Amino acid sequence: MLGMKILVPVKRVPDWQIKLKLLSDGSGIQTDGIKWILNTFDEIAVEEAIRLKEKGVVTEIVLVSIGPEDVRARLEYALAMGADSAILVKHDGPADSDLASRVIAEVFKKGDYSMILLGKQAIDSDSNQTAQLVAGRLNLPQACFASKVVVESGCATVTREVDGGLETIKVPMPCVVSTDLRLNEPRYAALPNLMKAKKKPFEVVSLDSLGVSPEVKVRVRTLTTPGARKAGRKVGSVQELIDALQNEAKVL
Amino acid sequence: MSNVLLYIQHDNGKVLKGTLCALTAARELRTSWNGSDIVAIALGPGAQVAAQEMLKFGVSRVRYSVDPLFEKYRSEPYARAIALAARELGASTVVGLASSSGKDVLPRVAVLLDAAQASDIIGVNGDGSLKRPMYAGNIIAEVEVLSPSRVVTVRATAFAPASTEGGGSECSELALSGDPELREQPRFGEVLGYEISKGDRPELADASIVVSGGRALGSAESFEKVMFPLADALGAAVGASRAAVDSGYAPNDWQVGQTGKVVAPNLYVAVGISGAIQHLAGMKDSKVIVAINKDPDAPIFEIADYALVADLFAVAPELTEKVRGLRG
Repeated sequence: MLGMKILVPVKRVPDWQIKLKLLSDGSGIQTDGIKWILNTFDEIAVEEAIRLKEKGVVTEIVLVSIGPEDVRARLEYALAMGADSAILVKHDGPADSDLASRVIAEVFKKGDYSMILLGKQAIDSDSNQTAQLVAGRLNLPQACFASKVVVESGCATVTREVDGGLETIKVPMPCVVSTDLRLNEPRYAALPNLMKAKKKPFEVVSLDSLGVSPEVKVRVRTLTTPGARKAGRKVGSVQELIDALQNEAKVL
Repeated sequence: MSNVLLYIQHDNGKVLKGTLCALTAARELRTSWNGSDIVAIALGPGAQVAAQEMLKFGVSRVRYSVDPLFEKYRSEPYARAIALAARELGASTVVGLASSSGKDVLPRVAVLLDAAQASDIIGVNGDGSLKRPMYAGNIIAEVEVLSPSRVVTVRATAFAPASTEGGGSECSELALSGDPELREQPRFGEVLGYEISKGDRPELADASIVVSGGRALGSAESFEKVMFPLADALGAAVGASRAAVDSGYAPNDWQVGQTGKVVAPNLYVAVGISGAIQHLAGMKDSKVIVAINKDPDAPIFEIADYALVADLFAVAPELTEKVRGLRG
């Protein structure tokens, strides 16, 4: 059997543990000096790709990301986890899922990939749409919100986290799979691997060279922070709680 | 092409409450985007019943298909049929509930219509821009949709369910011949099976009372022993924090939070939940929040209306008993 190549698109996002500050005009968040991480769900996708490689199912894992030069560090982290090579599509302007999906589709067409495996949502924009857009654009089958992925004889059998429970579907490859939280627990990249990752193949390309135009379909105009809930009060006992819920809040 | 197409999500013909919330958003979008009519499409078993039901809600023309192609939900044929309906009914905007299947299928529809996709919106501004949460709900973005064709998914908790209004007249079957590729579906694979965690309790997404348990419950057994009786006494749905789900105390589709379900019931009772940002993202718009936690510094208390600092194993059963007494 020929080798199976897998494409793992990743996004870098601000660390979810830091408190975000908005720019004074609300046009974005302050990014100077903030800590970036690999999007949680994409990290799960990288981990799953590595596990498929460890099982001997996948032979090559290629990463792709879109963004400025300093996205390189996040790609190197994913290489240190165990991916084989990375493509950084350099772009400094605004991006949206539509642009990302066009980039991923073009990169897919240039390689001989059997699967695109990526996070179900980015924890910054919280849209949950890029995998579906990519699948639609390439007219490939999709299996989104995966909590289990089994690859055999040219098909992926994927258990999906859906409203009301789990659904298992079998799709022929090539296909697009998006990862949910319970798929796996990603490993940490060991320090020596971080050094070695810098020697792995790393390609920087432009939107132009892919033939992708930079326009976006959705533009973020302003960001605001929602009003905080007003502070509540302590209740000393279950009886006091019940009285409050009945007489004050009137929800019982 | 200026009609607004509503994707009717239903359960064997019973229209989901969230679909009516999406209809409210569709009405607002029609106003802000100068649309003319609201039209709709329903697919799958019971689609005809659901389609007919929507005529009572001011939807002017409805299409449905109960073709075997749609017997089980699959993104590919569903996306093609929704796009086909949009073209036939002259819709440049498609709106649907951001449920798991809505999120799965509608971006694919956006590609088929060369449309912009805006997901999980929580508001429609008069000037046509949309509001949507980002960063686990810590930031609200106002976004402009720059494409003349648009697909939008709607967060149900942000819109009231639409009320009935006259005006619907035409309900007919969708002619699938409009898209020859619809019949090529075998290459998109098949559904092998389901594992449904349905019980007798209300649906998490629609429940007016939700009780959620966290990691402090300690085990699947105590989760069940403490949370289920409390839920049943209150007539509530059961939710869980991500920590509780990760620890195997509760199934994933009970997860309330940024990447799980977003709920906004009249009463939310958090039991043994510390209140990580990503959990708060899924419940902070609840009308009244009660938190029970023995750690007085738990972040959940910062957003709770009523804070009971106590051992949950002592007070949760007491709460259950007292509520039973009230309702007895």
